Amino acid sequence: MSRLSEIAEQEEAHGAALGKLAAQIPYAKFLGVRFDRLGDELTARLPFAEAIVGNPMLPAIHGGVTGAFLELTAQVQLGWNEIVTGWAGQGVPPLPKTIDISVDYLRSGKPRETFARAHVQKAGRRVVHVHVAAWQDAQDRPIAMMRGNFLMPD
Amino acid sequence: MTESADARELGEVFSLTGAFDSEGTVLSGLPHSREIGMRVHYSGDSQAVLSVDWNEKLIGDPQSGVMHGGVITALLDTACGAAVMAVPEKLDTIATLDLRIAYMRPATKGLRVYCRAECYRLTRSIAFTRAVAFHDDPADPVASASGTFIVERREAKA
Repeated sequence: MSRLSEIAEQEEAHGAALGKLAAQIPYAKFLGVRFDRLGDELTARLPFAEAIVGNPMLPAIHGGVTGAFLELTAQVQLGWNEIVTGWAGQGVPPLPKTIDISVDYLRSGKPRETFARAHVQKAGRRVVHVHVAAWQDAQDRPIAMMRGNFLMPD
Repeated sequence: MTESADARELGEVFSLTGAFDSEGTVLSGLPHSREIGMRVHYSGDSQAVLSVDWNEKLIGDPQSGVMHGGVITALLDTACGAAVMAVPEKLDTIATLDLRIAYMRPATKGLRVYCRAECYRLTRSIAFTRAVAFHDDPADPVASASGTFIVERREAKA
């Protein structure tokens, strides 16, 4: 097999693994969270739906949903990092466990699609520290920021 | 006391002054809370007790079948907000400013998760809350949280 088709095959395998990684979480499916990738960069997407509203008067997205979305983004990013760095196990890597998270709510979540990206600040042997930002209209106007510590599976 | 927390015991542990509603009422005013079946069991004197039952669509880890941390996050956020709304003063609107959560252990598959929150300090514009999530024993928590809220008072508008 040529080097070129080998790379193409690996790309396809990565794409499929990303799909499986997110699809294995029923709660992510329930919220409608999807993951897009450009190169190695992942963007999480949370479509707007009536089911994620917290305050129907504004209306605004439920703060708990925003927090959950940020947490999911971090978990899938960490799983994805395992895949691109050569996950050798069966199927997709198990998701890391959340140790603690801290969410700052900067703007109210409007009734439209929300995006998020996670950045690993430090990947230790057991614990990984991650920052995640969520935005709607413009990336430099985040609606919420999260930092969290996650326990990597053995 | 296998499936649900014991009402009398909880009332004592948290020194609730009013009645604890073991059945609970659905939070119909909050679409997401209603969607995940969140219930209010107690609300009063700066405290609130809410719960979410285990449900297949709320699973976070397909291997173990435990609820996703995000559901607990939504429960803690809503309970802290409910505790703020349960202060004696009349408040207009509140919004979460920050929420910090520590996950002590995974929630057990198939069990309802309760959350008790209290607003322990209220200033002119900020409410400080803390909460604990558990199955039947608050001393053996699933998660704990502390959150602050921006508060808008009715009289401030006059």
